[in-house]
Amino acid sequence: MTDTDDNAGWFAGDESALRARIVDGEADEPRDWPGLAVESGFADSRDDYYDRLHETSVAATREAVRERERADDQQLVHAVRAMDDCERTANELAERAAEWAGSLFDDAEPGIEGARAVADREPTGELERRAVSLAARVVDLAAERDALAETIDRIAPAVAPNLAEMAGAELAARLIALAGGLEPLAKKPSGTLQVLGAEDALFAHLSGRAPSPKHGIIYTHEYVRNTRPEDRGSASRALAGKLTLAARVDHYSGERRETLHEELRERMATIRARAKDESDAAAEGDA
Amino acid sequence: MSEPNLPAGVERREIGGETRLATRGPPVYGEPTADGWRAWDPGRSKLGGMFELGFETGLSGGETVLYLGAASGTTVSHVADFAGPTYAVEFAPRPARDLVEAAEPRDRLFPLLKDARTPKRYAHVVESDVDAIVQDVATRGQAEVAVRNARFLADDGRLLLAIKARSEDVTVEPETVFEGALDRLRETYEILETQRLDRFHEDHLGVVATPK
Repeated sequence: MTDTDDNAGWFAGDESALRARIVDGEADEPRDWPGLAVESGFADSRDDYYDRLHETSVAATREAVRERERADDQQLVHAVRAMDDCERTANELAERAAEWAGSLFDDAEPGIEGARAVADREPTGELERRAVSLAARVVDLAAERDALAETIDRIAPAVAPNLAEMAGAELAARLIALAGGLEPLAKKPSGTLQVLGAEDALFAHLSGRAPSPKHGIIYTHEYVRNTRPEDRGSASRALAGKLTLAARVDHYSGERRETLHEELRERMATIRARAKDESDAAAEGDA
Repeated sequence: MSEPNLPAGVERREIGGETRLATRGPPVYGEPTADGWRAWDPGRSKLGGMFELGFETGLSGGETVLYLGAASGTTVSHVADFAGPTYAVEFAPRPARDLVEAAEPRDRLFPLLKDARTPKRYAHVVESDVDAIVQDVATRGQAEVAVRNARFLADDGRLLLAIKARSEDVTVEPETVFEGALDRLRETYEILETQRLDRFHEDHLGVVATPK
């Protein structure tokens, strides 16, 4: 992220960072950038502005493409693990910060939001300074977590386009991390992918103490979570099957394959239609 | 040569023994050319299909355009041939690599590796009050993308949109999908024209709209 304010164009600020700002910058609303660039002296004329934008956007986008294609599955694994560590640590530290702040200030609230309020305070005295500073670390960690999530959003589609489209960037990254990479994930049978992240339940089942788990981390997917409980087994199986194929296409070919996504949508619609059919049948029975 | 519904810079030309839609510019994807004109295949381009079907696009040539879902630059390269400054947004790195190559020799085509669902990430580059938004994104929530990007469009600007039914929901009839998408669009846009693009693109609806 850049240090410019939310209403500045890509051309505001240091000349050496123009490309980086095309890639990483943002603004709340578009403005008459060509006009503003001429006004600010960045360009001599609108034509000159467009010439510079062309040169900079072509170079910046070429670099960004290269960068994203270089990002590999291991980078994604690091990013998702770092994100989880930041989140866990931020929450733990937030508890400590809230407990401390509660003893110093009347209105201290728990959680990250609570830490944010404490961090904004003007401390008086050494103890308050330390408590407020601790809260500020919590806020920074939470911001780092969000920045990591954005990075994952950006690189997952380059690393595994089909998997990321089907599962969402975060779940795709988690599956890759749990398997130890895209290649190991691509080589797993779909029944294994289905229970990745539910290893405890799986081993309990294998030693005869429990029923087999229906789903692991893929539970977080909308197709599983928002399907009624009696159909979740079918939904997880269908989803895991297509995710496995997606991982294989991503690993072995890297091309986006539309039919995979269509087949899954059709299959899910069939599974969900069961609930509707049954409620229709029940309604008829009542009549 | 020019027809009332074709912008200046888009013509029907004799190329390879056939009369074909064409623009003038450096070739991009191995398309047939003649005398510096490149054939514009309506079967590979939603906007090309809309021109072939006689849509009133409101384009006359030289406009400032925001193109969402530029992919490898097939269509947007033709747009940049007849339009003015053209911003091309594409999210996937692989096609974007080809897009950069198409943009390089076109000095008013600006490639951006961005997600059309988050306009904030390119609002610091794309100017306000563009004359036209051309949208061809094959993800769910196509109408939502058009609504979120309305902030870039001039009050009298045009949205030229191709909605792909199968990207929204394969199990629902395309007509139903289109109705749903148009309802969402009407919250922000006035719909001027709609027509199925099936002659060139199966289960696609072409839409021309303007901000309300």
